[in-house]
Amino acid sequence: MLYVLAEQDPGELVAGLTAVGRGIVYGGAAIGPGIGIGIVVGNAITAMARQPEAAGMVRTTMFLGIAFTEALALFGFVLAFIISG
Amino acid sequence: MVLAIDFPPISHAIEWPDLFGTNGAFAINKVVLLMWLSAAIVFGLFFAASRRQQLVPTGVQNVGESIVDFIREGIILQTMGAEGLYWTPFLLTVFSFVFVCNIWEIIPVAQMPVNARIAVPILLALTVWVLYHFIGIKKQGFFAYFKSACVPPGVPKPILPLVFLIELVGIMITRPLSLSVRLFANMLAGHLLLISFAVLSTALFESTYIGAIVPGALLVALTGFELLVAVLQAYIFTILTAVYIGGAMHPEH
Repeated sequence: MLYVLAEQDPGELVAGLTAVGRGIVYGGAAIGPGIGIGIVVGNAITAMARQPEAAGMVRTTMFLGIAFTEALALFGFVLAFIISG
Repeated sequence: MVLAIDFPPISHAIEWPDLFGTNGAFAINKVVLLMWLSAAIVFGLFFAASRRQQLVPTGVQNVGESIVDFIREGIILQTMGAEGLYWTPFLLTVFSFVFVCNIWEIIPVAQMPVNARIAVPILLALTVWVLYHFIGIKKQGFFAYFKSACVPPGVPKPILPLVFLIELVGIMITRPLSLSVRLFANMLAGHLLLISFAVLSTALFESTYIGAIVPGALLVALTGFELLVAVLQAYIFTILTAVYIGGAMHPEH
């Protein structure tokens, strides 16, 4: 394995590992916000079902919560592009 | 079966050649033209809507009034209360401009969201940043504003410096950064998603005619989805602006 790696052009290795790193960065950044948005929306639906007359206010707050949670995943998305080999 | 998928590098998807012999930082390219067009459309829409006002609105006045109504009822009254109605013109402009900039993503021929370049979102976010600090300092006074923004009540003394620092970084750096990056990354992601499916559909159509049905149908569905994203991101940008301004107007407790 190491012999094969040593035979290769180092640029190829760097490019490959960069691609892997990008995948890990975005994948890792998406885990937490994925769970978080699920919790936010799930609880918002529960609240709307229990008190339909408050649905408008709950929806506004839900979008706010989604926006704050989602920002972390988007940082990961941008970082994935910023990483260059 | 060999699929000839040539995904364009990211720079080809969002960079456009400079036009009219300009170059450097003040170069005019497609994105700049679309941005000017967006500003002109927003101005034209509300200019036309506010001429010859009638008691029973018709045509363009209807459109204008429903957008104003949405901003008032859906954003300001929900987040800032009646006191925030003073900021209706600003939030209306922000919402309309961001929305028109976003919607270029799915308009044929244009097909480039202006907000997929960081410049426009960061300028908007910096405007909001300056604005809410200015309002906070004007309404509450310099020290009172930073005290109410950075020192939450009921925090034990020993960890107060740490909390103060975190909150200060929050209002100084994280807020404008997340405000601009949220808009930018959403529009860039949508743009790349549409490009990916378009490239995939084209490649599959050229090799196996029938294989393009599924990605082609998904492309159409995603275009509809991007319409939703464009509206939603404009809404979220505006509502966060309203929340930040509202928070600066009143001490939290």
